Amino acid sequence: MPVNPEIQGRSYPATEPYLVGREKVREFARAVLASSPLSLDPAAAQAAGFADVIAPPTFPVVVQEHSLAQLLADPEAQIDFSRVVHGDQRFQYSRPIVAGDELVATLTVTSVKSLGGNSMVTAESAIVDAAGAHVVTAISTLVVRGED
Amino acid sequence: MSALQNLEKGQVVAEASFALSRDTLVRYAGASGDFNPIHYRDDVAAAVGLPGVLAHGMLTMGFAVQPVVDWLGADGYVSDYQVRFTRPVVVDPAEGASVTVTATVGVVNDDGTARIDLKVVVGEQTVLGKSQAVVSPWPGA
Repeated sequence: MPVNPEIQGRSYPATEPYLVGREKVREFARAVLASSPLSLDPAAAQAAGFADVIAPPTFPVVVQEHSLAQLLADPEAQIDFSRVVHGDQRFQYSRPIVAGDELVATLTVTSVKSLGGNSMVTAESAIVDAAGAHVVTAISTLVVRGED
Repeated sequence: MSALQNLEKGQVVAEASFALSRDTLVRYAGASGDFNPIHYRDDVAAAVGLPGVLAHGMLTMGFAVQPVVDWLGADGYVSDYQVRFTRPVVVDPAEGASVTVTATVGVVNDDGTARIDLKVVVGEQTVLGKSQAVVSPWPGA
């Protein structure tokens, strides 16, 4: 079943606040084979002028995930997760994420296209801090394969 | 001198190779919360027609930018990063996989930012397409 084209333009409620923890940043940094002291060593991050360690560039996926779950659970979207392949990913920052940030994500479906029996869904999750200021937008294009 | 100064298009700013093992995938699953079993179970990967257990695309995206992060140091940050997942990285249970990244200056902008293009390969095969990282001075700097 193709993805419902009528979900284009749909937004979902802001996710529950996600508190970025120092040890989570360090755990994620090690998992993406990072060696930057700015992500691993609070003293190095502080020497560079930050309150705490800085998250690696792809860390927002952890927050974005909660918003993508809303889309995938939307019965009207008709997205069969077992047929989903990650096509493209992008992160557009206003500032780096620092441990201690409290972040919420609001997902909007910006595009639904059909291409050769597959559907392509592009979803933008705008991630803001506790003051409501933009931090990063995470953009995913999901390819939903058609019936075999 | 800042890493962001005097860049020239075509200049290679960083190169690195990453050795992946199944341990790498399990560690990323735990840290990211992506527990799709195609990233650690051979039987599930085979059942859905894959050539083997695959690295998470987001893991490959995550480490491919690290040579750029290390080159930048404290001189700035990656303000925009995009990839296309063009080919999966199969991680053999014994041999693992080796991914090589070459980071080249693609565009130098007037506003002090630059676009770094990443070539991300396993052997001769590109695994991430259109892989671009914009490097910027810190906001407010």
